[in-house]
Amino acid sequence: MPVIEAGTAAPGFTLSDQDGNDVSLSDLEGQTSLLVFYPMDFSPTCTDQLNVYQEVLGELEEQGVKLYGISVDSAFAHKAFREHLGVTFPLLADFEPKGEVARAYGVYIHERGHNQRALVMIGPDLEVKWSFQAPTPLEIPGANLIFDALAGQHAG
Amino acid sequence: MRGEGTVVIEYGSYECPFCARADVLLAGTAVRRVFRHFPVDSKHPRATALARAAEAAALQGRFWDMHDSLMADQSRLDDPHLWRRCEQLGLDLERFQADRRSAEVADRVQRDFRSGIRAGVTTTPTLFVDGQAHPGVPGEQLLARLR
Repeated sequence: MPVIEAGTAAPGFTLSDQDGNDVSLSDLEGQTSLLVFYPMDFSPTCTDQLNVYQEVLGELEEQGVKLYGISVDSAFAHKAFREHLGVTFPLLADFEPKGEVARAYGVYIHERGHNQRALVMIGPDLEVKWSFQAPTPLEIPGANLIFDALAGQHAG
Repeated sequence: MRGEGTVVIEYGSYECPFCARADVLLAGTAVRRVFRHFPVDSKHPRATALARAAEAAALQGRFWDMHDSLMADQSRLDDPHLWRRCEQLGLDLERFQADRRSAEVADRVQRDFRSGIRAGVTTTPTLFVDGQAHPGVPGEQLLARLR
């Protein structure tokens, strides 16, 4: 199943962040949110991806976007990974049932047991506004894609 | 920009060991090199400071000398080490200190970084050859093309 398409209602979820606080889809109402699905904490490529997003986080926040990283790792692993990277946006644990949210968003790789690298932008009305899936988990979606998508939203 | 041959635009950082490796490999090629700063401070805390140091050296006409000095020894990157490098390169230290904290130099580094973001750069080094991105340390196939 490919990544969820624009125009679809965002599938509901409640996941723990790195500090054990629940984050639900309903908390995202009224803001533009970007779900960053990535394969695994501490894999070298993810590290670059989240670090680069961290560098443009201020600019994304100026445009009213909140970022949420999501992988199948536990909240404890997320906490360590976040500190290790020095990133400040929340990381959500799609841990039990494993990958349930990733499955609902069409980004779970069953034979490998982890997520595709994918971006899903959710509007204030909780509808999917834009999505992107990397051709392979080794390819990192550049931050330019996020800015282009936002420019498209504003133009539209 | 230095050298003659195929243009290679590299996005890199002075605190990135893979960039230092890329420098060694590119030294054995016949290319016209363009280096653009892509400092990712959450990963490399000194990256922006070092990029600014290289640009401050550039204002004294010594960009590549500072670039080579930083890439050749990434274990000494604190301020006193930068001053020592300035002495070795014969730079005007007072001017270097003022320039590397100037808005002009900060803008220059930021402009490079922004251009990298726009080009979809997500890792250092990333080399662009004929408009094609090559993330990571250049492999043998790419190097063979550049020799």
